[in-house]
Amino acid sequence: MKRFLGFVKKEFLHIFRDYRTLIILFGIPAAQIMIFGYVVSNDLKDAGVAFLDLSRDEVTQKLTDKICSSGFFRLTETLTSYNDIDKILKKGKTKAVIVFQKDFGRDLFAEGKTTMSVIADGSEPNMATLVTNYITAITTDFNIEQARAPGGAVSLISAQVRMFYNPSLQGHYMFVPGVITLIMILICALMTSVTITREKEFGTMEVLLVSPLRPTQIILGKVTPYFILSFINVIVILLLSWFVFGLPVKGSLVLLLAESMLYILMSLSLGILISTVSSTMQQAIFISMVGMMLPTILLSGFIYPIENMPWIYNWVSAIMPPRYFIIIIKDIMIKGTGFAYIWKETLILAFMTMVFIWLSIRNFRIRLH
Amino acid sequence: MQTVIESSGICKKFGETVALDNITFNVGESEIFGLIGPDGAGKTTLFRIITTISLPDSGSMKVLGLDAIAGFRELRRRIGYMPGRFSLYQDLSVEENLEFYATVFGTTVKENYDLISDIYSHIEPFKKRLAGKLSGGMKQKLALSCALIHKPDLLVLDEPTTGVDAVSRQEFWDMLRKLRQHNITIIVSTPYMDEAMRCDRVGLIQGGRILTVDNPENIRTGFSAILYRIRAAEKYRLLIALRKYSGISSAYPFGDSVHATFRTGRIDESFREFLRSEGMENVTIEESPADIEDRFLELMAAVKTEQGK
Repeated sequence: MKRFLGFVKKEFLHIFRDYRTLIILFGIPAAQIMIFGYVVSNDLKDAGVAFLDLSRDEVTQKLTDKICSSGFFRLTETLTSYNDIDKILKKGKTKAVIVFQKDFGRDLFAEGKTTMSVIADGSEPNMATLVTNYITAITTDFNIEQARAPGGAVSLISAQVRMFYNPSLQGHYMFVPGVITLIMILICALMTSVTITREKEFGTMEVLLVSPLRPTQIILGKVTPYFILSFINVIVILLLSWFVFGLPVKGSLVLLLAESMLYILMSLSLGILISTVSSTMQQAIFISMVGMMLPTILLSGFIYPIENMPWIYNWVSAIMPPRYFIIIIKDIMIKGTGFAYIWKETLILAFMTMVFIWLSIRNFRIRLH
Repeated sequence: MQTVIESSGICKKFGETVALDNITFNVGESEIFGLIGPDGAGKTTLFRIITTISLPDSGSMKVLGLDAIAGFRELRRRIGYMPGRFSLYQDLSVEENLEFYATVFGTTVKENYDLISDIYSHIEPFKKRLAGKLSGGMKQKLALSCALIHKPDLLVLDEPTTGVDAVSRQEFWDMLRKLRQHNITIIVSTPYMDEAMRCDRVGLIQGGRILTVDNPENIRTGFSAILYRIRAAEKYRLLIALRKYSGISSAYPFGDSVHATFRTGRIDESFREFLRSEGMENVTIEESPADIEDRFLELMAAVKTEQGK
């Protein structure tokens, strides 16, 4: 036990003495959360819209105000003729033009329904979809308000956009769990695989081998500091997403932390496994980055839904541990479900962890050649 | 005297390359055994087999009475190993390195301080300094302290003096001699032949084969020919000229002179004539007793001509 503690102490010294390790460990996760949360989000913020109001009545005025004051859109110009639409879209600052037909308000009160057109700039398909979705959502909202008002009319437009779990359509909700999943597996696997291969490369492993230390002591001694630090990391990320994005944890925090521990353990054992098959740090970094980052981003359901993948990728994704953790963490954080809904994924992760540990201890060489 | 290392018929290949070829030798208790040989002779491979971190293809290796393969766990407790490359943690301080190795071997610095005090006292003033920032000589002293901290029965030192200045080398050998009082057997490898005289017994290794094992004095007197020490103002020109001479048997540069032996045994008048014809003036020639290095070079040359055939 004393040997083990001595080893852990040494590992902590390595980590704290190398500021680069600390940056990777704590700086990158924070930066990633910010980058993913703000830049790569699917949110609209101040997208330019122009209006062509041929009706100019009370209803169009109200709807225009509502759209412009939503925070998602910004009024760029008020047009007077159809000919201007093409011109203004070409300028690029306006993402969509909303057209109210002549007699918009009158039609609405006379017939109980009417149509507005949204002409979006299709050269940015992603943006166009977002813009039209948001405008539809706002219009629906507007309808409901109108209906609730005393003596209000019934529903006007049949477009129905309903958002589960993310009513305000905030992208951070989707990204934070994904980012935690991605960062934890990257950091844990990368750091452990690098720290073990570093000993091989610097020749210190040779001295460790000619010592009474057992493979399990070496491996556990390597893993323990990173386990502790990664756990702190998870808490930091959760706090960050709470304070910066206002993202609450809907389900049980204890359950979330427990599941995170399991996931960290899984990632660490994967890192050890990588280190047993690579002899240089470069190799270890390459395997962790290329072998794990891309598949995690592309195949874990982090960005692209697994349901939409061709069956072969769907199968490949089944062996990616992050896939299960994403489900777990989303369920707990966003849906607020309990253990009863995620025991299957938990079991799969636990099983993977055991397989990785077993393989690592079996692969760990007690000799050089 | 008990045998500490008993190597018989050890062979090891890396792919097609023969690293060790039928290595058989013994090391006795409390002995300083030197393994001398050029780079690539197989010294490190042999040491790794002794320290249980490499397996031989065939042959048996007994260390401290235990089989090096089956008894590796027990042996790893009792061996102190200093690999050829500096392999301490460069980002840990002197003190932290020493403490780490002490705990790994289940002991404390305090417990065995008297054993290392001679060596460690040199670097103790710098104990807060990071190991990576030490000079070569100090690194070597720290590595030796770390290898000794658990009071091993056998100390295995792989080229400890390579890349260390002459004064530190001298000091290092003095320290090794002092360690004999503590009943520690030492096996040390070096590419420097002049260090051979400081060992109790020496094994000469080349191309994976042990050429001879004996005490340094016996090896030295084993020199078979008459040795001449030849000196001239231009040593290099002299060496070239000597190697051209048909009656020469061997010629090696040694310090400020050239050591040479002749097919005819003794020098005759034709050699002096040859020197004159080469335009070498003021050449001093004297008969001299052989150094151990002369014997090593003789042995190695013999193997080479044998392999040449």
